[in-house]
Amino acid sequence: MTTVVNVHEATDSPFALSHLDSLESEAVHIFREVAGEFERPVILFSGGKDSIVMLHLALKAFAPAPVPFTLLHVDTGHNFPEVLEYRDRVVAEHGLRLHVASVQEYIDAGKLRERPDGTRNPLQTVPLTEAIQQHRFDAVFGGGRRDEEKARAKERVFSLRDEFSQWDPRRQRPELWQLYNGRHAPGEHVRVFPLSNWTELDVWQYIAREGIELPEIYFAHEREVFARSGMWLTAGEWGGPKDTETVETRLIRYRTVGDMSCTGAVDSDATTLDAVIAEIAASRLTERGATRADDKMSEAAMEDRKREGYF
Amino acid sequence: MTSTTEQFAEFADVSATTLLRFATAGSVDDGKSTLVGRLLHDSKSVLTDQLEAVEAASLKRGQEAPDLALLTDGLRAEREQGITIDVAYRYFATARRRFILADTPGHVQYTRNMVTGASTAELAVVLVDARNGVVEQTRRHAAVAALLRVPHVVLAVNKMDLVDYQEPVFAAIAEEFTTYASELGVPEITAIPISALAGDNVVEPSANMDWYGGPTVLEHLETVPVSHDLTGCHARFPVQYVIRPQTAEHPDYRGYAGQIAAGAFRVGEQITVLPSGKTSTISGIDALGESVDIAWAPQSVTIRLADDIDISRGDLLAPVGDAPATSQDVEATVCHVADQPLAVGQRVLLKHTTRTVKAIVKEIPSRLTLDDLSQHPNPGQLVANDIGRVVVRTAEPLALDAYADSRRTGSFLLIDPADGTTLAAGMAGESFATTKAVAVVEDEEGWDF
Repeated sequence: MTTVVNVHEATDSPFALSHLDSLESEAVHIFREVAGEFERPVILFSGGKDSIVMLHLALKAFAPAPVPFTLLHVDTGHNFPEVLEYRDRVVAEHGLRLHVASVQEYIDAGKLRERPDGTRNPLQTVPLTEAIQQHRFDAVFGGGRRDEEKARAKERVFSLRDEFSQWDPRRQRPELWQLYNGRHAPGEHVRVFPLSNWTELDVWQYIAREGIELPEIYFAHEREVFARSGMWLTAGEWGGPKDTETVETRLIRYRTVGDMSCTGAVDSDATTLDAVIAEIAASRLTERGATRADDKMSEAAMEDRKREGYF
Repeated sequence: MTSTTEQFAEFADVSATTLLRFATAGSVDDGKSTLVGRLLHDSKSVLTDQLEAVEAASLKRGQEAPDLALLTDGLRAEREQGITIDVAYRYFATARRRFILADTPGHVQYTRNMVTGASTAELAVVLVDARNGVVEQTRRHAAVAALLRVPHVVLAVNKMDLVDYQEPVFAAIAEEFTTYASELGVPEITAIPISALAGDNVVEPSANMDWYGGPTVLEHLETVPVSHDLTGCHARFPVQYVIRPQTAEHPDYRGYAGQIAAGAFRVGEQITVLPSGKTSTISGIDALGESVDIAWAPQSVTIRLADDIDISRGDLLAPVGDAPATSQDVEATVCHVADQPLAVGQRVLLKHTTRTVKAIVKEIPSRLTLDDLSQHPNPGQLVANDIGRVVVRTAEPLALDAYADSRRTGSFLLIDPADGTTLAAGMAGESFATTKAVAVVEDEEGWDF
């Protein structure tokens, strides 16, 4: 039989890169492409683990020079105080410049209306897109990963957005080799996702390898929470708990950080990076499935929000 | 096989795992979704909430069993039409390796999507229905894999359960495919008889095919060598960005940042800068914070030189004595990926590594029919999904390698300067599409069974 040709043994070539090194190298290449081709790039920075990893990669990509990008945070007004504290400390430490687009200011000015369910995540789209227009950002880095969600699995590394920041999944540019096409007309911008090919586990393993500091809420701690739609939400001024919901103190941690109204905690006793990694490896739930209420709104919730300009 | 929990517990130790990028290709009903679904499912990459979402969506559509295709069809339009429109990227892992799967649609009109998926793939899985054997679409997939120089090709002969797991059926298909693909220049072909539905030889070895002694699909994916032997590669370093801190701490630091496209670079090595032709010596290599003596593809590094010479984004560093020739005339095979056509006389932009230059399409000598590899001379233009030869004149000299020598420095994009659309994916130099009349008309009948 002539069918099976050359099945090689796995050889550990001295030139083989570990998967983390491959992903790191690719992400750094993406950061440098943007620095080389765009006028006004910005990194979306929320103080969440993905944006923290993005910033760490950007610091490495341009060292010993400073990161040639500013940061932008869309503050929902319901952010975890520990995360805001972390955000401000990191910005100061690296001498970075941070723009904040505030959902609360939009609500106070009557430009946005609070939703009946109290969720502010979808309200971020308008302040985000207006900040992009106002500052004339032409490349906007996001920490989105393709493993997060089925619509995100279709996202390009360089994703062209029109002047309304809209994503049209049927009119995406094919992305070939490592040749990213960042051409855009005035008013348009490109969303850039350097962590496209990373998984949640990759992010955590990289954090562990690089010794990157995170906000404490990623590790197990006791917190007053209440149950809603199968998730533990933190009690707070944003509108929870309701009368029918009871608060209890539990040992929990967060897998994602975001708006308190829709970001759920998971029961956990993982207080170290190793324990977190072991916990995620054994989990039967995806990061978003376990912790995000807003993605459950409809079968195509993420695609619909992305079309409007959300990340 | 270890249990999935054990496999994942081992991930705390990350040092040993490598990354394999691969692409799947198959016609509409060859069972590609089932194969992808099984690989994802059996490697624990389909989690409870995703499965529940698929079950709920299937039920809503009136289907009794969960439709695994809904796992991979992420867009509204895809789910509505029940077809895969666009490339999606999937991630799964075993204890031995991490995988990035470019899941490409099988429809004839989406050749550009397979080209997209194959451009970064180290391996392509081509699916064939055991009952139909090698068909037109199979040959198209083999041709694209050959054209894109995907180093490893797996022929997965699926639905073996429907041909009573007969060895001769598999052997005949494997033989025919291997002969065809080898002629096109596919360097390595591994044929595996599988049933994606029943699970034969996908993750677990089949109890129904004792006559098969080779690896399962997953085993092969886990063990196929990822890295090339770098000793034979021409070292190439496209300069992406110049790092010049000009701070009190680093007043004189001047580094050339980039990702090594091919081969290896060493401190002390003599290099030539293209297109200027100036030479210097590598005085230091910074590998993301660590000073090293040697670095290799695809590491992102910063190279420092002994001499202060004029170097900027778009330049290429190569070893003295092993630099590519520069030229303003590019001959290449292109796959046209846009809806608007590419015509002779058209002004375009050409993006090669980190350099984008003005260019004009001088000639389109031929258009290739992938089905039978026949050449149509001087088609005048190329439209979506066409593959053809082009001759392009650039405004500035480019240091272009042959795609056969380097996928990274032999590839380029043609871009519409008016609206930025990516028009075509280019592969410089010779390919099987160069030769005239490869189509073997007398073999035609043998193909149709």
